[in-house]
Parts: sequence; structure tokens; C-alpha cells
Amino acid sequence: MTRAVHDLGGQPAGPIELAEHERTFFDQRVDAMMRILAHPEHGYYTVDAMRRAIESLSGDQYFELGYYERWVRAIRQLVIEKRLISEDELNRKLTALKMARRLA
Amino acid sequence: MSGDHHHPHGDHAHDHDPHAPVSEVHGVSAESALLERALRELLIEKNVFTADDLRRQIELTESRTPELGAKVVARAWADPQYKAQLLADAKPAIENLLGIDLNLTPELTVVENTAARHHVICCTLCSCYPRAVLGIPPAWYKSPEYRARVVREPRQVLAEFGTVLPDDVEIRVVDSTADMRYMVLPLRPRYTEHLSEQELVALITRDSMIGVSVLTDSQR
Repeated sequence: MTRAVHDLGGQPAGPIELAEHERTFFDQRVDAMMRILAHPEHGYYTVDAMRRAIESLSGDQYFELGYYERWVRAIRQLVIEKRLISEDELNRKLTALKMARRLA
Repeated sequence: MSGDHHHPHGDHAHDHDPHAPVSEVHGVSAESALLERALRELLIEKNVFTADDLRRQIELTESRTPELGAKVVARAWADPQYKAQLLADAKPAIENLLGIDLNLTPELTVVENTAARHHVICCTLCSCYPRAVLGIPPAWYKSPEYRARVVREPRQVLAEFGTVLPDDVEIRVVDSTADMRYMVLPLRPRYTEHLSEQELVALITRDSMIGVSVLTDSQR
């Protein structure tokens, strides 16, 4: 039986890095966006949908991405699935932001 | 994936190599930062939420700190009746004491450490944590290494945190889920009978409520 990528209990692993990490604005914003979107009052999606999106990342993505980087990809998948924004809109926005950065 | 990502420890656990040790990178790629900004700006433009909603949500999250859990623990030590309520049904006992609303919080169970039994909490599948009373989990709690190892070799993992328990103390690892969170009620340190509840709060650490550490006895 193949183990799902997120199912880590009992797997071999090295020492635990005990350093505390300062939370960045990126972490805080992604965390807050996820919480607002998953809030039952709005009902955009549920925490279970969020988990499904995170847990369906490939093994490469799961381990190459940081914690909140996985979350931001899950948010992208869900807001497109739920038609809050379209893939086209997102691509146009990403292109515009890249252009602006190059000009700056 | 983005080229500016490199891994500090060398090998990753890839799809094609299920036996490689599990670990992950730290830091955020330019690609992820750009994606966060694009999503945030679009969702604000579309009135899904406002910039103010986002700020308030961040403030709420940051307001939840381990001091809340410490207040619960100190009261449980000071008041046996409260302790009984807390262990039987944690959410109402916590809501009444702290005046916070846990309506949207998943189920929460408080597990009591005794001289014979020590509990440590984890979430092997993701990062479930009693955020309502302890705040955001520390980075190591979410790390693949902690998630993978604590259920298999808890004594060794606790030793890495500097916690060495006598062999006759049973260690029980409690694995959280998206629907059920746990918090540890640590063993009250000795020679603290004379301390006020407020003074007790100051002694209680986040790690003791996760169960990776025990509280040191006070000076006699």
C-alpha cells in the first residue's frame, strides 16, 4: 500500500531543528487568508477542503515547499475551484505584478 | 519548481524515494511571495474580504498566546473542582475562565500528566494544535522530523528537548486531528504550594503544555 505524502507518523527522519522561527508577514497573511476563507460564516470552503488541497500536492512539492508555501498553493487551487477568481485573472495579475517589479 | 530553492540537508523525501528521511525547506521563494500577493490583491478587489478583515484576523491570531493555556493550567492546579470540569469537558471550562468564544474551535481535550504517566501531543498528518489556547504552533511542531519520529521514539525525541523521564514513567503520545485537539495539563512542580495563581502562570511554559518538557521544581 502506498502511503499518502502527508502521512509521516513513524517514518525515518533526522534530528528535529528546535530553533524558533519568527513569523513573517507572508506567514501571517497566508494564515489569515486561509482562516477568513474557511470561516463557516462565509462558507467559501471548509478546513477539510483545505486539507485535501494540501494533501494532494505531489511528494516533490510537499517537501520542497515550506509550510505556508503549501498553504498558499492550496488557497490558489480552492479559490479557482470555487470560482472566486478565474485562472485567467490570476495569470494576468501575476504577469502585471512581475512587470511592475521589473520596472521598479 | 523554482530554481532559487535549495535544501539545507541535501536529500528530500521524493516520490521516487520513499525511504529517504523526511524533511523540508525553510524560507519563502519569490514565486510563493508573488502568488500570495496576487491572490490577496484579487480577493480584496473582488470584495471577498477587505484589507481590514485581513488585519483584524492577523490581530486575533496574534492575541492567542500560551499565556491563555497557562491560566487554565494554574486554575486547574489551584481548584480541584475546576480541574475535574476541565478534564471532563474542556471547552466550556476554558470559555468560562478566559471569556473567549471557542464555538468555531474543533473539539479540545485536556490530558493530565501524573507522576506515573506523561503525555506529549503531536499531529502526524499536518499541524493540528490547540491554537485557541496556545497560539500558533512552533516551527518544530509542524516539521516532518517531529511528526515522523515522536510517535515511534517519544523517549528519544523528548531527550532531544532535554527532557529525560524515568523508565517507569509511561509516555503516551496523543495524535491530534483536524476535529480533535489536545492540550497537556503538566504536573505541578513541587514546592509551589505557597504561590498565587498569577505566580503559577508565570512558571508554566508552552512546551510543558505540549508535553515536550516538564516544569522544574521550585526552590524549597
